Amino acid sequence: MTRIFETPLYPYARSRDQDAQATIRHPVIVAGAGPVGLAAAIDLAQQGVPVVVLDENDRVSHGSRAICFSKRTLEIADRLGFGEQLVQKGVRWNLGKVFFGDRKVYEFNLLPEEGHRRPAFINLQQYHLEHDMVSRLRQLQAAGAPIDLRGRNRVTAVVPHPDHVVLTIETPEGPYALEADWLIACDGAGSPVREMLGMGFTGRVFEDNFLIADVTMQADFPTERWFWFDPPFNPGQSALLHKQPDGIWRIDLQLGQSIDRTRETEPERVKARLRQMLGPEVDFELEWVSIYSFQCRRMERFREGRVIFAGDAAHQVSPFGARGANSGLQDTDNLCWKIKLVLDGTAPETLLDSYTAERIQAADENILNSTRSTDFIAPKSANSRMFRDAVLDLSAAYPFARPLVNSGRLSLPCTHDDSPINGPDGLADGPSRTRPGSACPDAPLASGDYLLDQLGNGFTLMGLATDAPGISGLRVVDPGGRITPELRARYLGDASSALYLIRPDQHVAARWSTADGATVEATLARVKAGG
Amino acid sequence: MTDLVLEPNIDRPDDLYADLLEAHEGLDEAASAALNARLILVLANHVGDRELFRAALAAARNAGS
Repeated sequence: MTRIFETPLYPYARSRDQDAQATIRHPVIVAGAGPVGLAAAIDLAQQGVPVVVLDENDRVSHGSRAICFSKRTLEIADRLGFGEQLVQKGVRWNLGKVFFGDRKVYEFNLLPEEGHRRPAFINLQQYHLEHDMVSRLRQLQAAGAPIDLRGRNRVTAVVPHPDHVVLTIETPEGPYALEADWLIACDGAGSPVREMLGMGFTGRVFEDNFLIADVTMQADFPTERWFWFDPPFNPGQSALLHKQPDGIWRIDLQLGQSIDRTRETEPERVKARLRQMLGPEVDFELEWVSIYSFQCRRMERFREGRVIFAGDAAHQVSPFGARGANSGLQDTDNLCWKIKLVLDGTAPETLLDSYTAERIQAADENILNSTRSTDFIAPKSANSRMFRDAVLDLSAAYPFARPLVNSGRLSLPCTHDDSPINGPDGLADGPSRTRPGSACPDAPLASGDYLLDQLGNGFTLMGLATDAPGISGLRVVDPGGRITPELRARYLGDASSALYLIRPDQHVAARWSTADGATVEATLARVKAGG
Repeated sequence: MTDLVLEPNIDRPDDLYADLLEAHEGLDEAASAALNARLILVLANHVGDRELFRAALAAARNAGS
């Protein structure tokens, strides 16, 4: 059987641009067709912005990459038109078990908050995600969207100019040049674009090595997340077992420092380790084995003139907490509407400074969280290990210690409290979770629909127990009659009425108890101007 | 926040001190350190307040220098 990561999904095809007399200029070029680059392309194309995506490969990525996609990512995917496929295919779990040494110390149920269309997260192989994204891109293309995905087009040179970027691109038929008003670099942790521009990428390198094995297993393992600290089959280290679709399990074994990589990835050696972990009676097959180590670092700024960085190209975290791909999709969610406004001439370039400000804040939050998880999972000193083990011992006996156990903190969207484009918070009694800068939490509406599905791709006004003033170009969401308890709790709190101005990326720009059209228009203008 | 209490607050201090020593009796260095770590965490949870805990950390650090 040919598997999806073995099939060229966007094989090389000669573009007219390669035969043009003069270098062709495109409004936006995206470097990299991983999840982040594809999200950028779909987002822009959906808004009518012509976009060219270049990738040195021609198929979805293989191997163990991202597997855990958070609710916010699923909500972004819904806006981009491929959320349902992910949720249909993905594995959901709520029960986690924590082991220490040879005993289970406790188990937990995530008990996700009710009243959201999407689950807290799903497990799904990255290649399924990319496949669904390419399908969505094809669907947009078929409907006439100006989007061009070019396989085996490798960017080999980038020359920045004040108002555009010139790229040299290598193809199987030789090189050609392109110009872009804007270049979005989504070309991964090793970002060739970043390297070519000589931009710094500093942070903390972790010495620990982890073995990843994706195995197919017939075993009737429950759909739970199992995490071991210092298990008998991997003494002094950690281990993780996690289910993916198609009967595939992700196994993550910490190997420690200074290891022999070749020896550790020998199939027989890996299988011997896994037999110890899973028990001798379990049949399994290796689908993928690799070893990784990781860094926690970010660029100093995410924009250099007309080149903008997103995803792993801009920031890297440890895998604990699933903050890599999830934060990358939040980058482009944040970026694309801003680029659209700038290209339309309705916002100045300075609006893009808010992309750097907001997403650096998010990157720092992600780095902080994933570094703390790493310090718990792989303690760097005897003292750090002593406190870690003390927490685990206590967690078996007393509930109080369980929140201290850190095997990865679930990726939640960052609240951009100090963003330059936040408008006023004119709702003194309003819930904290929907203050300006927050990603809108979902809520069921009286109609049976969900709030986030009503928000669309542009700025939106939502009035609760107050009329939203009519403003041209501004959509109005009417929650329709009765305000559901969830909508009330999340958007009104103790306030008697509320008016929310919501950004195209479903973040709260401003809120008031009530406001007239002039006030809203002035705020909207300030947001678009970059604050 | 309640201020960190640095005035005498222990009723019958000799008894409490003896309890502490007794808990460590017969433990090797590693087991003793582990007990201390668990004890700190139990007490930290009882305190709860992060600012108060940080004040306690600072007080402990100051006295040692």
